[in-house]
Amino acid sequence: MAEITTLHYLVVAAALFVLGVIGVLTRRNVVIVLMSIELILNAVNLNLVAFSRMWGNLHGQVFSVFIVVDAAAEAAVGLGILIAFFRNKETINVDEIDLLKW
Amino acid sequence: MTPEMTPVATPFFFYLLSGLAIIGGVLVITRRNAVHSALALIVTLLAVSGLYLMLYAPFVAGVQIIVYAGGIMVLFLFVIMLVNIERTVKERQFNRIWPAGVLAAAALLGLFVSVYVKGKTLLSDPVTGKPLWPDPTISLPDSSNTQQIGVMLYGNYMFAFEIASLLLLVAILGAVIMAKKRI
Repeated sequence: MAEITTLHYLVVAAALFVLGVIGVLTRRNVVIVLMSIELILNAVNLNLVAFSRMWGNLHGQVFSVFIVVDAAAEAAVGLGILIAFFRNKETINVDEIDLLKW
Repeated sequence: MTPEMTPVATPFFFYLLSGLAIIGGVLVITRRNAVHSALALIVTLLAVSGLYLMLYAPFVAGVQIIVYAGGIMVLFLFVIMLVNIERTVKERQFNRIWPAGVLAAAALLGLFVSVYVKGKTLLSDPVTGKPLWPDPTISLPDSSNTQQIGVMLYGNYMFAFEIASLLLLVAILGAVIMAKKRI
């Protein structure tokens, strides 16, 4: 088999990113939408680490550590909002979250 | 790269890990039960961390396993248990405009593919004739990866590091206030 290049990693990351986008745009369950966002962030991380390998420096890896921090913060706040919402409306479907809709 | 550092069977492990990651991703967005989705996401995260190891990024791979698979996914599973209602498994899983969503995602995939194809052929460096994405042949000093990342975090990225810690503090406060019944 041929040598694995940066492009191979970019293709895998693009596939994961598109899967995450499909999950965000089509699922109704908020928890699964948040998991799809994690998929998207993972795809970006994979790109950053692949580029870091390609250029031979560590800036991409440091960036990916920051993105992991961001994902943790996002998951904590998002799930907190989800719990607060579930307590009020007894549902976790995205299309029933329309309190701000006029 | 010295010959003794050359990894064995790189293509095999690459295709194995990326196949696992993509199958896990497909399962995440198709399962009815959120717990099954979470388990599939753990498979994806572990496979991606294996890909990080193949890219000579052991620190990021460790952070991926510890923070993602160990921290964030436990949080997800706890929340699934807290809000698990039986009827969500039985009702419609996809919203009414899902064809539009799939179409938009397909357009995004087409954009990625066209960029990669053009980047491989057209956008080569006109001076040196090298492709835009060269093969990863530059060797990283993988023995001190963690140390170097630490030096960079406390050197170049000092300010961003402090902002990240502030972001985590705000996220902790926000999560506690959101999840509390009465503040």
